[in-house]
Amino acid sequence: MSLWVLVTASFLMIHLVPGDPVRAALGMTAPTDLVEAKRHALGLDDPLLTQYVHYLGNLLHGDLGESIVSQLPVTETISQRLPATASLAFLAFLVAIAVAIPLGVAVAVATRRGRRRRTELAFASTSVVLGSIPDFLVGVALVCVFAVNLGWFPVAGRDGASSYVLPVLALAIGPAAVLARIVRVEMLSVLEADYIRTARAKRLPALRINLRHALPNAVTATLTIGGMLLASMVAGTVLVENVFAWPGLGSTIVQSIVTKDYPVVQGTVLVYGLGVLLINTLVDVALAVLDPRSTIGDL
Amino acid sequence: MTNRWSRILRTPVGIVGVGLLTLVVLLAIFAPMLWGDKAGAVDTENLLAGPSAKHWFGTDNLGRDLFFRVLVATRLSLTLTLVATVLGTLIGLVLGTAPLLLGGRLGRLVTAFVNVFVAFPGLLLVLVFAVIFGVGARGAVLAIGLAVAPGLARLCQTLVAGVAGLEYVAAARVAGVNRFRVMARHVLPNVAEPLVVNVTITAGAILLSFAGLSFLGLGVQAPDYDWGRLMQDGLSGIYVHPLAALAPGIMVVIAGLAFNLTGEAIAGVFGISATTGLGKALHVPTGETPAADLPHDHAVEGDLVLDVRDLSVSFPGVHGPVRPVRGVSFGVGVGEAVGVVGESGSGKSLTALSIAQLVEEPGRVDARHLRFCGTDLLEAPTGGQSHDKLLGTSLAVVFQDPMTSFNPTMRIGTQLAEVGRHHQGLDRRSAFARAVDRLRAVRVRDPERRARQYPFEFSGGMRQRAMIGMGLMGSPRLIIADEPTTALDVTVQSQVLELLQDVRREQGAALLLISHDVSVVADVCDRVLVMYAGRIVEDVSTADLRTRARHPYTRALVAAVPDMTTDIDAPLATIPGHPVDPAEVPVGCAYAARCPLATDRCRREDPVLLSGPDGGRVACWHAGESIEAVTCEEATA
Amino acid sequence: MSELTFDHVTVRYGASTVLDEVSLTVPDGEIVGLVGESGSGKSTLAKAVVGLAPVHGGQILLDGAPILQRGRMRGRHRPVSMVFQDPFSSLDPRMTVGESIAEALYRPRTERLSRAGRRAEITRLLELVHLDGGRAAQLPGQLSGGQRQRVALARALAGRPRLVIADEITSALDVSVQGAVLNLVREMQRELGLSMLFISHNLAVVRYVASQVAVLEGGRIVEHGPTVDVLGRPQHDYTRQLLAAIPGGRPTQTTKETRA
Repeated sequence: MSLWVLVTASFLMIHLVPGDPVRAALGMTAPTDLVEAKRHALGLDDPLLTQYVHYLGNLLHGDLGESIVSQLPVTETISQRLPATASLAFLAFLVAIAVAIPLGVAVAVATRRGRRRRTELAFASTSVVLGSIPDFLVGVALVCVFAVNLGWFPVAGRDGASSYVLPVLALAIGPAAVLARIVRVEMLSVLEADYIRTARAKRLPALRINLRHALPNAVTATLTIGGMLLASMVAGTVLVENVFAWPGLGSTIVQSIVTKDYPVVQGTVLVYGLGVLLINTLVDVALAVLDPRSTIGDL
Repeated sequence: MTNRWSRILRTPVGIVGVGLLTLVVLLAIFAPMLWGDKAGAVDTENLLAGPSAKHWFGTDNLGRDLFFRVLVATRLSLTLTLVATVLGTLIGLVLGTAPLLLGGRLGRLVTAFVNVFVAFPGLLLVLVFAVIFGVGARGAVLAIGLAVAPGLARLCQTLVAGVAGLEYVAAARVAGVNRFRVMARHVLPNVAEPLVVNVTITAGAILLSFAGLSFLGLGVQAPDYDWGRLMQDGLSGIYVHPLAALAPGIMVVIAGLAFNLTGEAIAGVFGISATTGLGKALHVPTGETPAADLPHDHAVEGDLVLDVRDLSVSFPGVHGPVRPVRGVSFGVGVGEAVGVVGESGSGKSLTALSIAQLVEEPGRVDARHLRFCGTDLLEAPTGGQSHDKLLGTSLAVVFQDPMTSFNPTMRIGTQLAEVGRHHQGLDRRSAFARAVDRLRAVRVRDPERRARQYPFEFSGGMRQRAMIGMGLMGSPRLIIADEPTTALDVTVQSQVLELLQDVRREQGAALLLISHDVSVVADVCDRVLVMYAGRIVEDVSTADLRTRARHPYTRALVAAVPDMTTDIDAPLATIPGHPVDPAEVPVGCAYAARCPLATDRCRREDPVLLSGPDGGRVACWHAGESIEAVTCEEATA
Repeated sequence: MSELTFDHVTVRYGASTVLDEVSLTVPDGEIVGLVGESGSGKSTLAKAVVGLAPVHGGQILLDGAPILQRGRMRGRHRPVSMVFQDPFSSLDPRMTVGESIAEALYRPRTERLSRAGRRAEITRLLELVHLDGGRAAQLPGQLSGGQRQRVALARALAGRPRLVIADEITSALDVSVQGAVLNLVREMQRELGLSMLFISHNLAVVRYVASQVAVLEGGRIVEHGPTVDVLGRPQHDYTRQLLAAIPGGRPTQTTKETRA
């Protein structure tokens, strides 16, 4: 269902542009016959339904058309640039999870039932502030401090492991702060649950109660939001890549929107959308595995 | 309502949030009037200059002053944000309320439609819409407004569905109120607060999105400028002069924070009010209540499994501590079954929890002593060990709600086996084997298979059996059962009660059974403690409960509950007035206001729990006096 | 007041049949008690009457005419009203007691109640349930559980219904308050000639208020008759089991004997 909407939306996108997309792409000064030829080449003269069928057919063959500007096949551009974006998003996700879950759990246990108000306040204010800073701004700030002033890391580009540090941080900090807050809240509510009281009535060590009884339940509840966060991280690469001149899909999509290179935009949106759908599916599967109520859990 | 909103301004987060928001709004209104000219003035001598006395933040490539440009850009940034927020909220509300208003198939279609779009992150939607609406400010407003709509619509649907499921909405519909009116009068007002919070926070996100979009060159186009546009201009010269990129960024963060903090503050105030509604503590008598410190003459010290003297539990309240349990003393003999009855708020469950050492901070448990199997639980144990092992193996606790008292993500057997692993030094396998054996002991059929199942695969009665089995992992001397059958059907209830009896006999364990149901306690126990307003008002044998109880409250409690022998031609006995709020315990006898025998002395002096001739104890100045006319009519109080 | 008839009513949720061809009559001016354990379909039966549960087979008739048209009650005058279990969620926390009652007031097309008339009617209803008329201005948050349940009863009577359905109305109340609500229910029946379907899991409570009892098990009515007969000389095994399980009653004597 979502897949169909995604494909159809990326197809319709070009038709919803007011005016003539080809004319817009080639510029007002382009000769009429060139525009006509281009329209024909793109198949824009055919009835909408024919175009749609044609588009779907090509899609099944892995053909996304070719760029109006560079004449290169869109698939080629995407396959060149996808790895850079995917590795960035994946690393950032790992960093965010690795920071957020332990931090959220630790703060929840420490500040439970109104204990250590100051720790709670410090955590709350830091995480709100960090969560409010958009990732590209974090990027700009990181560049200023660590690349321009200190010169520890490269300012831009993708060249070796050190070039990953700043973009990954820029992407991960905000979501990590948000996720840590969510983990804390979930953990707090789980710690008030009846079965935690049961565990305490059994006189189990605190560590076991927190990690074995509370954490799995808190994580299942966190996972849904974690998935949405990851999905938005994928989209966040668009901005961060532009800050760091990262040779990924994000730079491509922005350039092609500005140059009105519609086939490329269509293709990239499709890839991003697929990425998001993939993540959503993975989250659903993970939820099913973790939840004993589903049949998958028994496998 | 109004004082709730003003309370927002009394929280630190609220002050900062609302303060920042006011500042940003004032800037948006006045900055272009005051400094519009300066921001546009070209200073050809200072192109791309760094910060100086003349230009605090330096200048751009046309020599325009960046400080003023950042301030003036507030108006455009904020205006775009507000327009997009309004657009998004309107679409979100329409889509969010549609399922309830349309109902049926059409409503489900809207829900499905929204769900598809919610799956995609906002930024991606923004980019798609930006392509459709074209590059520029108007395109960006439409794109962002449409992109946030699905999220708000989903939120709105969830909130509406939550309220629509409540009984007062069902009641209104049954009464013939039409669905638009139901939506307007019952649903929307009750979801308004979370909605306002989320719209505020969304506005913050929208502000950031605009900055992002302009930063990418897809939003505001020159010669107009918002913060994002200024940042993009600044980024090219970041080596020379980083402030040009950072200054507008800082403004974006400040404005974003203003929205987020305001949202948090509103959420905080409404969240807090929901919890403090319970503890509307006003006045707490802090004076000493007379202690019932008479020795229990029916059992010798050595025979007591549990010996509680002057137990009280207190929680910090708004105006000093609240004491829901006020000086309770009793003992439980070896193998004895003692019941505790009382209405909600009488302190019976807290008494049980405090004996099991399960009252958590900020609650405080005090007692002259609290001896369990000869060990005072309130004293630090000798030899540096904790009481965990003693409590873990000799005390069994059964809770009220079997549906929520097991960890849903762990197998039943594992949850039982934990006790063996941690307190009895068993390895994983033998602990599990013992768990299976204990399940068999509580008559769970096919225990090997059942032990490997999760709680959701057990019925309520089965879970309660498993919970009792968990207590049998050790060799309990005392079983505390807190309303163990309240959540169960009558037929299951009688099975569980019977099991408790059997277990008690087989193990020689004592039982402390807490219940609101006098008949349950009378059925199972040897002796009953009647609690009212945090104290024991009567301690009576079950044989005497129905006929020879001496406290007027006990007698009223027994008479008020219809059973299968109640005279159906006479009105039921009722107890006028309300139970006492633990935060407002009156002077004198707490029951005086509801008692037909109350005299001035009752309203002045708190009666002490005194032993009677037949071994029972009662706290009443008029114990045993006949109640001539039981009031049938509850006063209109 | 009038007669409610369930004629072979079947309710399904997906594949599971919750009510299986239930036939039952609530005669004019009588209280019929419906007992059964959780999952027996008691509450579904109540919801089916007012259109909150989907009826797949059979008919629900009020004085011989179907109550629901296209799965819903129609028209301004609702002939059936309902009182719910939870007094804390059955009143809108933002509406005063008076507003909640006013919303359900009987409003015939021909006569429009003046503001004063409406206020008088609300006061009359509150006094009927033994609450002070001044309570109309209060919010539910200021009332105790028992008082709220009485407001809910007043609201149910406001629409001048021909039948009232009471779904576990005392099970969320403390014992000291339960008696007052039960007394009120009996008083209403006696003075207003109220017909009522009184649903409860508590046999002693049903015995006290109802003249007839129906026992529901697994979506079927297994026994039905005058209260004295059903609870005094139960015919069906399930009814006997239910009676035997009641704590404190006569039957427990026998269990004590078997234990000894």
